[in-house]
Amino acid sequence: MSTEIIPYTIEEREDTGVNNAKLGIWLFLTSEVMLFGALFSTYIFLRVGTINWPVGSSFLSVPMAALNTVFLITSSITMVMAWLSLVDKNFSAYRKYMLLTILLGCAFLVVKYFEYTAKFEHNLYPSTNTFLGLYFTMTGLHVLHVIGGLIVNIYFLFPGSKMWESNPERFKNRIEIAGLYWHFVDLVWIFLFPVLYLL
Amino acid sequence: MTTHNVDVKSHSKKYIKVYLALMVLTVLTVYASFLTVSVGVGIILALIIASVKSTLVAGIFMHLFGEKKIIIWTLILTIIFFIFLILIPLFSSLDSIKY
Repeated sequence: MSTEIIPYTIEEREDTGVNNAKLGIWLFLTSEVMLFGALFSTYIFLRVGTINWPVGSSFLSVPMAALNTVFLITSSITMVMAWLSLVDKNFSAYRKYMLLTILLGCAFLVVKYFEYTAKFEHNLYPSTNTFLGLYFTMTGLHVLHVIGGLIVNIYFLFPGSKMWESNPERFKNRIEIAGLYWHFVDLVWIFLFPVLYLL
Repeated sequence: MTTHNVDVKSHSKKYIKVYLALMVLTVLTVYASFLTVSVGVGIILALIIASVKSTLVAGIFMHLFGEKKIIIWTLILTIIFFIFLILIPLFSSLDSIKY
């Protein structure tokens, strides 16, 4: 069986001007924009059609959400610094920044766990009212995206990092692609935080 | 972003500046929510701050500033559809006022 090399993983295609991995992740992210866009559209539809809409802070913890915002924004800079370390050919710095990114992502999930359990202890479920239904759907989908990003980042910190020795350019590209996804997860939270907790 | 001509020091300085700006904007977001303004003004304020933050993340961290045309045009097309998607519920509420 012959081994075929996947083309345009590093070099740019003449027709698009970018490599396939980057075009692929951006196309994926555009579909994600529409996925979360549909949920934000649903939120607007339900909110403008309701006379009494609860203020998010009456149900939710603003300090915990603000702390989570700090965690995700900080993880975004550590992620981009991980990529920059590879550009600088500093693999040990890459490992340090990637580990920090993962830890911050885990911290986000821990805070979310406490938030969810606090709701359940007060008998607040998605079925309690429309606001909580939206809150659990939107933040739940976001949490799934954080978990997905963490799995990818953990892979690139441990088994996937072997590629740095065999094909450093391709590995650097992979981290940039993983970073684009991780920043998108941060972007979604930047909108979820004010929409659900503050308005 | 191509990595051939990346100045590591200037890039890391830029990323730290953006990070600090994002932190300040996060504090502003929380502060704005405590202002005694109408719901409409509150929503507009919060969304303006969130838009500035997202522009910084997308433009600098995701390297969209200076990205290739195909990526930019793909995103412009997505934003047009996104705006339409967001406006659908507002169209429906206008419809109920009319009838």
